[in-house]
Amino acid sequence: MKRSTVETLAPWLTTLALFALWQLGVMVFHIESFVLPTPIEAIQQIYINRYPLMVHGLATLTTTLIGFAIAVVFGLMLGILVGSFRMVYVSIYPILIGFNSVPKAAVIPVLVIWFGVGTVPAICAAFLLSFFPVVVNVSTGFATIEPELLDVLRVLGATRWDMIRKIGIPRSLPYFFASLKIAITLSFVGTVIAEIIAGNDGIGNVMLIASSNFNVPLVFAGLLVVGVMGVGMYAIFAALETRFTSWSVRGGGLGVEYAGGG
Amino acid sequence: MSFIDINDVDLIYGGQTGAGDGTGTLALANASLSVAKDEFVAIVGPSGCGKSTILKLISGLVRTTRGVVRVGGEDVRGPLKNVGMAFQNSTLLPWRNVRDNVLLPLEIVEPYRSQPKSEAAAKRKRADDLLATVGLADFGDRMPWQLSGGMQQRAQLCRALIHEPSILLLDEPFGALDAFTREELWGVLQDLWMHRKCTVILVTHELREAVYLCDTVHVVSPRPGRVIASREVPFARPRTLDMTFQADFVDLVHACRHHISLGTAS
Repeated sequence: MKRSTVETLAPWLTTLALFALWQLGVMVFHIESFVLPTPIEAIQQIYINRYPLMVHGLATLTTTLIGFAIAVVFGLMLGILVGSFRMVYVSIYPILIGFNSVPKAAVIPVLVIWFGVGTVPAICAAFLLSFFPVVVNVSTGFATIEPELLDVLRVLGATRWDMIRKIGIPRSLPYFFASLKIAITLSFVGTVIAEIIAGNDGIGNVMLIASSNFNVPLVFAGLLVVGVMGVGMYAIFAALETRFTSWSVRGGGLGVEYAGGG
Repeated sequence: MSFIDINDVDLIYGGQTGAGDGTGTLALANASLSVAKDEFVAIVGPSGCGKSTILKLISGLVRTTRGVVRVGGEDVRGPLKNVGMAFQNSTLLPWRNVRDNVLLPLEIVEPYRSQPKSEAAAKRKRADDLLATVGLADFGDRMPWQLSGGMQQRAQLCRALIHEPSILLLDEPFGALDAFTREELWGVLQDLWMHRKCTVILVTHELREAVYLCDTVHVVSPRPGRVIASREVPFARPRTLDMTFQADFVDLVHACRHHISLGTAS
């Protein structure tokens, strides 16, 4: 088989193998379905509840994307500021780190007090979880610009905005896209946590109701749906990354990516 | 009347107050240098002697701790505009192809910056013509990483010259190249300069390169740096590589080396 074919098949095969192992484990150790259902049971639940799961899945996806979009715009702007002005860096970085160390699940009840139960706290949670890697990566891209590059522009009489536009932004694009892949998955985490704690709809809410009915297979069905949506969005941003930052990959490198935050 | 005039300048790096409080590194002390309009000068000296610092002073990227730098009769108070610069390492932008890299200064410097979009084709042609003069006629569409080190330096020279700067500052531009490529590029640079004169300051540690290319070679002492000797280079242009093996050329190179070793010994 060709190497590229193997590479395309590999993730599917490992996923299948993992599911098989899971199925086998449950069967061999006679684990009850309300403790750990088999993947087949979970997938059955997806099929049985396909319409409600689709509606709630779309709700979760929408919430996630709104929170994510706000995080990207905000993170990009803050990242540029942090990366290009030393004073901004020294004054707000400790606050950012401290803020990111706060467990977001603990903040959601406060958000509910402010905005009530529903979509808004979930959007906030998606935003809060995902903006940090964007800020860190974009500012790293800016902060690691070779000084000679800036000197070349400076002695042409370039303004600071010129340098941000001509060098800073294109130079940080690979960092930015790497952070999008992390941020989108974290957004899902934020949304689902908020939906579990204080949602009226969304996959998180489905899972909460299912677990209170001891319908554990449906809980796992929800987890699978979120996982699949996460992989899908990740793939979209990975494709965008390749499209826009092909100059930075050349021969594929070592296959190492800058993760940065998370 | 000199075009660039560095008059008895001190420079301290990294001091707490920026003034001579003894906490920083004294990079230059009582340094003086003058360069005539359209003169091609070299600054040579042992490594770490502040050669590159002199370039930064002239371009206004670094301010003096004491003393004045004048360019064109005016005190340098901030980064100059319209200077061309090239470095030892390729500073081509990896996300732009070679032509767009060469065009970068025209996006910054007036009057090109404000020119309407309709000028774009003319600018493109100008970049391609310049690339052709350095032997990169068909490389405009390539990405920088597809070029060899020598080709990248050729492209860098084009970028430094496209906006026809009055001053060209070269910081060991051929330092990372092999000997053959380096000697080839000496010829390229000489042609470019003879074709369109500007004031060039070349920092190098390669004495043959300095004597081959320059009108005047300035020797800088070890840190704290200052110019300890200046030698005029009398040879007619265009100079050839054969000339570099003739006795009077070799003598001049030896004389410069002698100045450097004297400076290092004292």
